Amino acid sequence: MSLMQRSSPHVMGRNTTSRIMLWVIVAALPGLLALSYFYGWGYLINTVICVVSAVLAEAAILMLRKRPVLKTLKDASAVLTGVLLGVTLPPFAPWWIMVIASGFAMVFVKHLYGGLGQNLFNPAMAAFALVLISFPLPMTTSWSTPEAISGEPLPSFSQQLSHNLEWQAYDGITMATPLDHYKTKIKRLTADELAQTPEYVAGPFYGILWVNLAFLLGGLLLLFLKIISWHGPVGLFTGLLVLALPFSADADSAMPVLMHLFAGATVFGAFFIVTDPASSATSNRGKFIFGFGVGILTYCIRTWGNFPDAIAFAVLLMNISAPFIDHYTRPRTYGKPKPVSGYKLPEESP
Amino acid sequence: MSDYVLMFVSTILVNNFLLVQFLGLCPFMGVSNKLETAIGMALATTFVLTLSSVSSYLVFEWILVPLGLTYLKTISFILVIAVLVQFTEMVVRKTSPLLYRVLGIFLPLITTNCAVLGVALLNIKKDNTFFTSLIYGLGASLGFALVLILFSAMRERLNQSDVPKPFKGSAIGLITAGMMSLAFMGFAGLAPA
Repeated sequence: MSLMQRSSPHVMGRNTTSRIMLWVIVAALPGLLALSYFYGWGYLINTVICVVSAVLAEAAILMLRKRPVLKTLKDASAVLTGVLLGVTLPPFAPWWIMVIASGFAMVFVKHLYGGLGQNLFNPAMAAFALVLISFPLPMTTSWSTPEAISGEPLPSFSQQLSHNLEWQAYDGITMATPLDHYKTKIKRLTADELAQTPEYVAGPFYGILWVNLAFLLGGLLLLFLKIISWHGPVGLFTGLLVLALPFSADADSAMPVLMHLFAGATVFGAFFIVTDPASSATSNRGKFIFGFGVGILTYCIRTWGNFPDAIAFAVLLMNISAPFIDHYTRPRTYGKPKPVSGYKLPEESP
Repeated sequence: MSDYVLMFVSTILVNNFLLVQFLGLCPFMGVSNKLETAIGMALATTFVLTLSSVSSYLVFEWILVPLGLTYLKTISFILVIAVLVQFTEMVVRKTSPLLYRVLGIFLPLITTNCAVLGVALLNIKKDNTFFTSLIYGLGASLGFALVLILFSAMRERLNQSDVPKPFKGSAIGLITAGMMSLAFMGFAGLAPA
């Protein structure tokens, strides 16, 4: 019997990439189910289209790069990107938006940068920003309305499917997202008058609050499993609140703080996007700064910019800054003095 | 006052010279391989750009307009910029010989940085006053510096990642610039264009 000889680290856990990816997918499921419950089959259909096209796109680019296809696909990171795209894209959007978004995410954002773990940008958010900029009409007018608000039943599975695949258009009732709605209407109405409009009779948070709570549940699961650390999410909430608490006190002129937190993609972004280990900062301090920056930028773009839910752009802008943050938040090596960062004169050549 | 703040925000973020107007791409691709060099280059360009924005305005208003020679503006601005770059070069050489050696050929190349001439010409086109051309120049150069520094930190990471061979080097750099430009579109609406 030979003794096992292995070099460090002597960790025997099963923390493989595919296990982590699968847990993140599982954590995103409550949110996906809540979305489908309130907003119809569109989200589930979108998710399936996104997952299939993301996996196919990744297989194609892996073949072009002459890398092992099945072994790489097994890590389920393409499936996760598909799921994240599926919950962010609007439910009445046509199928080709999903295909373009997933293909862009896999080929351009992930594999041109070297594949898993080396991407500088978050694939799902970069793809979302791309389709939002390129196809603004379907991306802003394809959000569905819960039954309690419109009074009309949501489309059945077959109606939704044939609409999204563009066989037969379905006259579904769409509406602006709550953040968009509040932002445009509050310019003419007071908060009390706004509460009387049909979109708000069922409550300003109808549906979207439960979706956010479902994502919060999934996020807490990830925290509990120690798949993500708390620094990113806490940073995001802190950054958002630092600006929202002083500037959004008056509900007649600005969006209330609770809507900032629970009526958009804030919770989803905090637990599923900001915590992306590849495109976020590395050290704990860096992660907090990264999340804080996302929060600040989200508030600024939501309040003064053109985009009602700014998580995608805020994350992309902080992705740009992440290597810079990493450069200045290098932790001290144990037993060594603090590294000198900043402008260094290059070493003299002999 | 708020006009000035909006103009400042607009030139740094919304109408960033590199990512939205695509001026000054040569130093953006050329000097962004190391973070330290990029910081030095960003500082030098900030200095030259702000100064040249103001002085080319003065040359235009006090020399070219009274003499009726406004059609010579491009050539005289290039002269002003070249003089300023020469001046900066002498200052850097005396104060930091090492930075001078690191920047090397790129320091004189600030002369041909299209952003520098672009700011000078846009000042005239937009009828900027002395003070607004100062803000415009400062904002443009700070936006340039911000993007150049962040981009060089990204490139340091890119050099270590497993980029497919046909995309190594400038190709992936330009793709990254495109993505950064996509991200900067998020600032649209923060200030009037």
